[in-house]
Amino acid sequence: MPPLLFWTFAALMLIFGISVIAQPNPVSSALSLVVSFIALAVLFVSLDAFFIGIIQILVYAGAVMVLFLFIIMLLDLRSGQRKKAHAVTVAGGILIALIFVAELGQVLHAFPEGNRTAPALGAPVQDVQSVGHVLFTSYNLPFQIVAVLILVATIGVVVLSKKELD
Amino acid sequence: MDWMFILISLAKILGVIFGIILPLVSYTVYAERRVSALMQDRIGPNRTGIPLSLIPGLGLKDRQMPLLGGMGQPIADAVKFLLKEDFTPAHVNKFYYWLAPCLAMVPAILTIAVVPFGSSLWGVPMVIANVNIGVLFVFAVASLGVYGIVLAGWSSNSKYPFLGGVRATSQMISYELSMGLSIIPLFLIMGELNLPKIVEYQIQHGWTIIPFTNLHSFAPGLYKHHTWRGWLNWKEIVMWVPMMISFFIFTVAIFAETNRLPFDLPEAETELVAGYHTEYSSMKFALFFLGEYAAMITGCSLIVTLFLGGWHIPGIPDGSHGWIWGLVNIGCFFAKVVALLLFFIAIRWTLPRFRYDQLMRLGWIFFFELALVNILITAGIMAIFPN
Amino acid sequence: MAITIQRPPLTLKEKLYVPAIFSGLATTLKHLVNMLLGKTHVAMQYPEEKWDSHLPSYYRGAPALVKDEHGRERCVACQLCEFICPPRAITIKPGEIAEGDKFRKVEKFPQAFDIDMIRCIYCGLCEEVCPEQAIFLQKQYAITGLSRAEMVHDKEKLYEIGGLKTGLVHKWNDKK
Repeated sequence: MPPLLFWTFAALMLIFGISVIAQPNPVSSALSLVVSFIALAVLFVSLDAFFIGIIQILVYAGAVMVLFLFIIMLLDLRSGQRKKAHAVTVAGGILIALIFVAELGQVLHAFPEGNRTAPALGAPVQDVQSVGHVLFTSYNLPFQIVAVLILVATIGVVVLSKKELD
Repeated sequence: MDWMFILISLAKILGVIFGIILPLVSYTVYAERRVSALMQDRIGPNRTGIPLSLIPGLGLKDRQMPLLGGMGQPIADAVKFLLKEDFTPAHVNKFYYWLAPCLAMVPAILTIAVVPFGSSLWGVPMVIANVNIGVLFVFAVASLGVYGIVLAGWSSNSKYPFLGGVRATSQMISYELSMGLSIIPLFLIMGELNLPKIVEYQIQHGWTIIPFTNLHSFAPGLYKHHTWRGWLNWKEIVMWVPMMISFFIFTVAIFAETNRLPFDLPEAETELVAGYHTEYSSMKFALFFLGEYAAMITGCSLIVTLFLGGWHIPGIPDGSHGWIWGLVNIGCFFAKVVALLLFFIAIRWTLPRFRYDQLMRLGWIFFFELALVNILITAGIMAIFPN
Repeated sequence: MAITIQRPPLTLKEKLYVPAIFSGLATTLKHLVNMLLGKTHVAMQYPEEKWDSHLPSYYRGAPALVKDEHGRERCVACQLCEFICPPRAITIKPGEIAEGDKFRKVEKFPQAFDIDMIRCIYCGLCEEVCPEQAIFLQKQYAITGLSRAEMVHDKEKLYEIGGLKTGLVHKWNDKK
């Protein structure tokens, strides 16, 4: 991928990421997040990680954000109803963001691989196969546990949403 | 090399979108009107003629051949859509109101990029983007299609579009699940997400739901293992059951995803005026309308690619035997698509609409479970018959 | 009191739903094939086939003035139809019949008689109220025009549509 495209999509991602918190309208915020996700997916695809990129769109942009949008629409949040930010919360937010950036810098500094240029990938990567293979061999137990967790959550939702029969 | 690739891709994109898909969309609308009319003992649009259809005996006055008249109707419709007043109500959210029709049309057309619509022409493979994760790409883009409808419903700021948008969202999310799960058995068998390779597999081993299309006489030398009666082995016969279930669920899910009857709850005319596009007029309405038909065509192309052998018809060689065969292959693919489109239309004018709770119950309690069980059955069969 | 209707239990075939789809498809396809073969004749190809021969005797088309067999215009410009017309489509300008005319005793005739066919609702009240049997609803139903002015039928046009009508009562003729 030419660097131009990388910078374009990285910039898009950041601009729309900022727009998520800057927009007064909740629907605009949600849609900005969708655009940000799609730009992120493009970055993944540019790294030949097609599977991760597509899953990014499929799961986050296609399912999670649709549900978010759905709920925002159902709750009928108006732009005026958003509370004015308090000075303390703004300061706290900035502080937390700064801490995260500092941690990120620390990690990147302590990670020598990050400084080297990775060798170009030769043959096309069969990333679906590799992800599946790793998932069902090295990470089989965590995978199964996650599956059980999701099942528990599903059953919990069903139990909670069932009407109580008198 | 790079420039050649870009030019060829551009030619393929322009050729497919403007040469095939968009004309097919407009003539699907025409076919819908004619077929619905004939099914209801009416005649339908038979006046707006291309010159041939106005010759007496070919169209207009001849009741025996009522199909040829009115072939110019799509052009007249397009002119009408373009010339109508483009009205934007005062109470809408302008930005999203304008954005929504674009979002409705784009995903439907974008999906066609990974579908192989022919074998090859002058050595160029007839698929716009040959990516390894073709099917996942289709699902990802199709899942974005719901934004157009949701935004249209929300930005119109009026009750019927809103109800239509809400219905569309929940319906599409529900049926996306069973759609995705229903074709996992295919991938279990084929071990492939790449659509051209799926077609390749079907040429070798018979179409997914018609597994005897690779008979000896049709393709000598291709068929390796003729154990039982010379043309099918036990595994293929048993595997037919889960494949038919997959086909059934996938087809129904495509019906639901494209908001066609009997699942047209989002735009139920009798309940919601026109659903999410009630407040739209002129070309913006046309984009929703055509987007729906474009989605139908992409859905049918997917069914053809996954279950009906793509561009393959037994006995017809592929494009490496000469460009004429490449064209014939493209013709075969779209002939199958058109046949499926006619099936979609026939279903629309036959069945009444589901009630909303029936729709949800069907999606979540029946199809979802059936698709899951189907995966288990397929895996079981593969374990019992290890080649 | 609410009455609970016992719905008949569904058979297995009905519960499966899919067989019903195919029987439904068979029905619609049967209609389609019959149309294609030309076995069903329902719709009329309008500009080629006209309604004229199918209209009932009581059909109410465009209102028009008539002349009788003596060539006399029946209308005496009493303006009853103008007053009764619900959408006020009729405008009459009465005039005096000249001295020396055979029908001088009728006294009045319409100098101008306009029916605005954009307003006309084809109710037939003008025909019903007319004491002179001068205005009748004809079988004409295709009233077209390229402008509003063209859609106003003047006296000349009304007599052209109405033509001659026989068998009417002649109360103004001289007794023998």
